[in-house]
Amino acid sequence: MLFGQGGCDVALELQRQVKDFVLRNFLFTDDDKALANGDSLIRGGIVDSTGILELVGHLEQAFAIRIPPEDMTPANFDSIDAIGAYLARRLAT
Amino acid sequence: MTRLDWNVLDLDYEQEATRIAARLREIVSRTLHRRGLVVAISGGIDSSCSIALAVRALGPERVFALILPERDSNDDSAARANILAQHLGVRVQTHDIEPALAAIGCYEQRDAAARRALPAYGPGWRMKIVISGGAEGRINVFRLIAQAPDGEVHDVQLGLAEYLQIVAATNFKQRIRKTLEYFHADRLNYAVVGTPNRLEYDQGFFVKNGDGAADVKPIAHLYKSQVYGMARHLGLPERVCAAVPTTDTYSLAQGQDEFYFALPYRSMDLALWALNHDVPAAELARVLGIGEAEAQAVYEDIRNKRRTTRYLHLQPVLAGEVNELDLHA
Repeated sequence: MLFGQGGCDVALELQRQVKDFVLRNFLFTDDDKALANGDSLIRGGIVDSTGILELVGHLEQAFAIRIPPEDMTPANFDSIDAIGAYLARRLAT
Repeated sequence: MTRLDWNVLDLDYEQEATRIAARLREIVSRTLHRRGLVVAISGGIDSSCSIALAVRALGPERVFALILPERDSNDDSAARANILAQHLGVRVQTHDIEPALAAIGCYEQRDAAARRALPAYGPGWRMKIVISGGAEGRINVFRLIAQAPDGEVHDVQLGLAEYLQIVAATNFKQRIRKTLEYFHADRLNYAVVGTPNRLEYDQGFFVKNGDGAADVKPIAHLYKSQVYGMARHLGLPERVCAAVPTTDTYSLAQGQDEFYFALPYRSMDLALWALNHDVPAAELARVLGIGEAEAQAVYEDIRNKRRTTRYLHLQPVLAGEVNELDLHA
C-alpha cells in the first residue's frame, strides 16, 4: 500500500508512522498535538542520543533497511519531517 | 571578537588552593557536620588532586584514603595511589572489589552482552567501548573493540541493547566502590569526596549513584588542565602528575577522549571554555588548528552531552511539593 501511492502520500504516511512511534515510545501518549512535525527532537529534549539510536533501530527493523553511521546526522533525524524525508529517499532507491 | 589563546586557562594556583581548602573546611563543618573526608584514590590526577586539597583543608589525620582495585584496573594505578597516600601521610586501606563484582554478576553480564555483539568473544579476551560520530557532526554511535588472546583486534558496531548492558554491568564498578566509600564515611562520621573535574562534571562523564555520588566535589569547577596544574603546584609525586587519563574501567586501555570526549582533554578544556564564553567556532578552530565545521561540531557535541546527561545531575524528582525542608540552608 505504501509504495502504490503518490510520492507526497508516501512521505506523509512515513511521517505518520514515525510520529506514532515517537509519541508512544518517548512521550507515552497518542495525542497527536503533543508534537509538531517540525519540532526539534534533539534540541527540544524529546529524544536524547541514546533515544536516537533506539529510533534508528526501530526504523531499521520496521522498514527493513540498514542506516549507516554516515547517515546518522541531526539533519536526517532531528524532526518527524526530516526523518520522513530521509526514509522517503531511502525507500525510493 | 574575543581573541582566544591557551592562557585563558591560567590560574593563580596558590590562591585557588587556599580558597578551596577554606571552603572545604566550611562545607564539612557547617554544611555537612562531619569530622573528616573519605577519598577513593585511583592513581589518576583528579582523585589525587582532590585528596591533596582535602589534606590541605583538614590535615592528613582527618582524611581517609581508599584504594579499590578490581580485575580490569591497571596495577600501576594502585601503585601510584599508594605512593600518593604515603606522600600525603593519610590513613589508607586497599580493598579488592573483584570478588564483590564477580558475585553480583558484573563480569558475567558484561561478557554476555559482548558475546552477543561478537560471538567469538570469550575468556582471555580484552575489550573496551569507543564512541564516534559527535566530533564529525554525526550522532554518536558506539563500537566494541576486542582483542583476542592471540592479539587480533576486532572492531564491531554495538547494538543499543548490547551497549546499554555493557555499560550497565560496568557501572557496578563505580557503584560498589561508592558503597565502600560510604561504609567508611559512616563508620568514621566523615563525608565522601567526589572527584570529577569540570569537563567530567559538565559533560556528565560519571555514573549516577556511582562516582557521581558524593557529599562534596572540590574540583568540579576546575578544567582538567587546571587540575594538572594544581597537582604540580601542590607538589604531588611526579608519577601521579604524569599519569595519562584513562577510564581504568575496561580490560583494554581506553583513553577518556576515545570513549567520551570529542578531542584530547587539553583541546576539550579550551573548547568548553570557549563555548562558555561565547567564543565563535571560527576562533576556536584557529587556535586548535581544525576546521570551523569541526569546531562547530565540537560545540554541538558539548551541548548534546549536556542535554543527554542532565538527568544524571538531578536529585530524585518529586511529583508534589514538600516545602518544609530547608535543603539550601
